[in-house]
Amino acid sequence: MNHLLEFLLRQGDNALVLGQRMSEWCGHGPALEEDIALANTALDLIGQTQLWLGYAAEVEGAGRDANDLAFMRDAYDFRNLLMLEVPNADFGRTLMRQFLFDAFQVPWLQALTDSADPRVAEIAAKSVKEAMYHLDRSTSTVIALGDGTAESNGFMQRALDYLWPYAAEVFAEDATDFAMAEVGVAPLPSSLRGQWKKTLQATLQEAHLTMPEGEFAHKGGRIGVRHTEHLGHLLATMQVLPRSYPDASW
Amino acid sequence: MYAQMVKSEATQDDPDMLAAFQARVDAGEKIEPKDWMPAGYRKTLIRQIGQHAHSEIVGQLPEANWIARAPTLERKANLLAKVQDEAGHGLYLYCAVETLGVSRDELTEMLLDGRMKYSSIFNYPTLTWADMGAVGWLVDGAAIMNQVPLQRTSYGPYARSMVRICKEESFHQRQGFHVMMAMVKGSEAQKRMAQDALNRFWYPALMMFGPSDKDSVHSEQSMSWKIKMNTNDELRQKFVDETVPQAEYLGLTIPDEHMKWNEDTGHYDFTEPDWSEFFEVIQGNGPCNVDRIAARQKAWDDGAWVREAMVAHAEKKQSRKSAAE
Repeated sequence: MNHLLEFLLRQGDNALVLGQRMSEWCGHGPALEEDIALANTALDLIGQTQLWLGYAAEVEGAGRDANDLAFMRDAYDFRNLLMLEVPNADFGRTLMRQFLFDAFQVPWLQALTDSADPRVAEIAAKSVKEAMYHLDRSTSTVIALGDGTAESNGFMQRALDYLWPYAAEVFAEDATDFAMAEVGVAPLPSSLRGQWKKTLQATLQEAHLTMPEGEFAHKGGRIGVRHTEHLGHLLATMQVLPRSYPDASW
Repeated sequence: MYAQMVKSEATQDDPDMLAAFQARVDAGEKIEPKDWMPAGYRKTLIRQIGQHAHSEIVGQLPEANWIARAPTLERKANLLAKVQDEAGHGLYLYCAVETLGVSRDELTEMLLDGRMKYSSIFNYPTLTWADMGAVGWLVDGAAIMNQVPLQRTSYGPYARSMVRICKEESFHQRQGFHVMMAMVKGSEAQKRMAQDALNRFWYPALMMFGPSDKDSVHSEQSMSWKIKMNTNDELRQKFVDETVPQAEYLGLTIPDEHMKWNEDTGHYDFTEPDWSEFFEVIQGNGPCNVDRIAARQKAWDDGAWVREAMVAHAEKKQSRKSAAE
């Protein structure tokens, strides 16, 4: 197995799948300002996808490019976290997911800026600025909606309860994680768990939300063993044109 | 041209005040929110800018319909950025209307209950990827025809919002043309999609300029107030004259067998759109009217708890701050 390729697909697929989900909000947000902000996040993530998958395609060396990787792979080849592919459901779940992701992604990308692989470090340096802004926004929105009204607090608690069993998937490590840590491309995700948990505790407390007690975490998305049923539908929509018209250039 | 058939309000103000106001407009001065203005001027502007704002917001929907299916990462990012710009345009324009004394929430309610309109063009469906090209090329192209002169409109906040909007719209038009270029250079299926998109959007695009001048009853007052800068037919002709060579460049056929260059007038002769279809669309009978408003209504209803919570949180924060002081 090419661990670097596997590692890059994980980064790229996270950005792609979450970007695709966020883009579904465009034109349907609860207020214009939110609509614009959600589109902004989606745009950042699609931009990050181009960088990660572009590098992944080079490392693969099979003559494919970022678009081929995004549009011509099937669900069993995707390496994103399961949490990122579940449907948006409502604004509460969308923002809670964003927060849970950002809370890991910021220290993760910060660590990757010191990667032994200069391309990884470069992509991380560009992406971390965006991720910090995302975290700022998702944190303040989770706090506002947790604190706002009894109704909004209910939305946010339900979102947290739903997402919780997915939230810690990133810490279930495998051979790729160990190989990347070994050569200094990336730290072990578990080394950031304490910091992640601390960010969650502080924010959820201010938002008057209760962190669920269970430690159970679904896994299989990032290691490519088993996705949710939702990913196939997301890909069917996203990939329909390149797959229907393989000889077209757009 | 996102404002169509905007009824100009008669005004019953003091004749001396009116004359002084008209003199300012004639001298090319900008009217600002705190300046005196005729009641009819205010009302007409609320209707016109409001309709324009609604068109930006409803206009997000036919293009957002293809974001999830954009065929490359670059196209996805471009389309997403474009639809986001439209939300931004809506935001500036709602702010411009707010300077005239009507809130964004009130305007939204008037859109949802049918008291206010949006451009007829957004009641047509987007059926293939080529529609993302056609909408940018034709719809944004038509919008620019009207909006460029509106940068000189008499109402300051409207004129200033138009400056930024026009910059972005011309970028969108080029982006749309670029999508069309890729389609016509592509496979047979892509060429077919491109021609089909032009066939479906040509006449609806011509309708964007509103009814023929002979049937347009609202123009005169708005033109003297410099709220409307050109007549509907002038703008439509200009649009046709600019678009025909572009279609030729693309190798596409405009679906009008009577289209031909007229040496005497120095313009293209063309077939008027079916105005009965236009009036049906305006009355709510376009292919997508019901679905478009339903989508806006759903976003409004589903977002209610979010908006209420944001306000409640801001108030709590404020009162906690006051209590601490």
